[in-house]
Amino acid sequence: MDITLDQICVTSEDVVARVIEDELIIVPLASGIGDMDDELYTMNETGRAIWSRLDGEKTLQSIADDLAEEFSAAPEVIEKDLLGLITELVRRKMVIVHKENAPQ
Amino acid sequence: MDEVANYVQKFKPHEFRIWQGKKPLLSQIDIELTERCNNNCLHCCINQPEHDADALSREMSTDFVKGIVTQAAALGCLTVRFTGGEPLLRSDLAELYLFARRLGMQVILFTNARLITAELALLLAKYPPGRVVEVSVYGITPESYDRVAGHDGAFAEFHRGVDLLLQHKIPFIVKSPKLNILKDEQDAFEVWAATIPSMDKLPGYSMNFDLRFRRDDPLKNARIAKLRATPEETVAVFSRTPHYLKDMGQFCDKFMAPPGDKLFNCGAGHGTCIDAYGNAQLCLPLRNEATVVDLHEVPLKTALEKIFPAMREIKATNFDYLHRCARCFLKGLCEQCPAKSWMEHGTLDTPVEYLCTIAHAQARCLGLLGEEERAWEVQDWKDRVASFVHTSSSEGNTST
Repeated sequence: MDITLDQICVTSEDVVARVIEDELIIVPLASGIGDMDDELYTMNETGRAIWSRLDGEKTLQSIADDLAEEFSAAPEVIEKDLLGLITELVRRKMVIVHKENAPQ
Repeated sequence: MDEVANYVQKFKPHEFRIWQGKKPLLSQIDIELTERCNNNCLHCCINQPEHDADALSREMSTDFVKGIVTQAAALGCLTVRFTGGEPLLRSDLAELYLFARRLGMQVILFTNARLITAELALLLAKYPPGRVVEVSVYGITPESYDRVAGHDGAFAEFHRGVDLLLQHKIPFIVKSPKLNILKDEQDAFEVWAATIPSMDKLPGYSMNFDLRFRRDDPLKNARIAKLRATPEETVAVFSRTPHYLKDMGQFCDKFMAPPGDKLFNCGAGHGTCIDAYGNAQLCLPLRNEATVVDLHEVPLKTALEKIFPAMREIKATNFDYLHRCARCFLKGLCEQCPAKSWMEHGTLDTPVEYLCTIAHAQARCLGLLGEEERAWEVQDWKDRVASFVHTSSSEGNTST
């Protein structure tokens, strides 16, 4: 699935996000999440900042604008990071694209 | 740890590099959900009868177990091991399992598989434990299994349970006690084990059986002692491991030195095991009253942060221990520890002859000791270890 900035995404209920010793750890809960059932996932600072904003309400564009302001970064860099991460997470079923915003 | 993108890294629970030196206070917790078991195995160190009313009445409630799991998760724990007895005897097992998974914990389930139902298999398939289920196998024919397990019809139930795991593609491994009455089945067992998709190595065997953890049954203890592998049999099994010499060389390079008078030289107390009644223990077998903490009265965090570290400082006072074990360079080969001493002698610091004999037999096999030598009397142990490490390294390079 191609991810675009006008989409709204939400973290899957089939994963559990935990913060342990300042690291965000994503634990797959249901079958078919991630690559292997016994693997856990962690994210870098950018990934963590994005993950915390995936509330099912904001568009990815809105999140990108928010991050660009917070990190004083070039919007095109943030947008590239954001789309890269979301594509990765959607592929692993850790993030879901809201149906009403998904490409037809 | 494997970097799969610039933003996300995947790792296995034992890979603590992600915390870069820091580590959660608790990485894994063992919870013994019950001491009761539907088997009555010849060699068992813990089992109480399946319908034992006293044991049942004292077991932790569902909410109490959930409370412990919640505390563990708050301390950063990523893995809970449910063991027993037979944990599937608890009617709330599925509820506790799902509760732990929903807190973001992976679950290791120890079971004899007899009570695995289609419903439980479906649950494990839908919400995988994240870690392989470990199934204990007590024979691969109805006659042998039922004899070891002390229960007619047990094999048929075990077989059905394992079939359900296979049918639902739930990863599991098998392990077995090394008993004389199973000796003739070992090859067939290993052939069968190799057909299990998640078995990537030979099954694990227990053979130096522990005596009763609660020191509750001298007759059973006498029987267990008779079932144990001899030191020679033990060494024969060890040396059958692929790359044995090379592995032992690397091991000895790290772990051979006299331990001194500090009793806890192991990992005991860095994590914890909870018994069926809500007591936090330094390790699974150690049930000495002086080394357990009642979690009805003390939070898990306090036990781990304040009480266990003090317990770990206990020093030996037994003359025999100070004369032998404290000065013995075979520490890495010897399973002598406070828990073993407790099970065998009811103290924390009495040498266990059986373990001492095994360690000496293994050291002789590795060329670290002569026939009549006693390791605590050896002065040049550093030279011997260095020589063995060097030799084993070169032998390892040529062995297959």
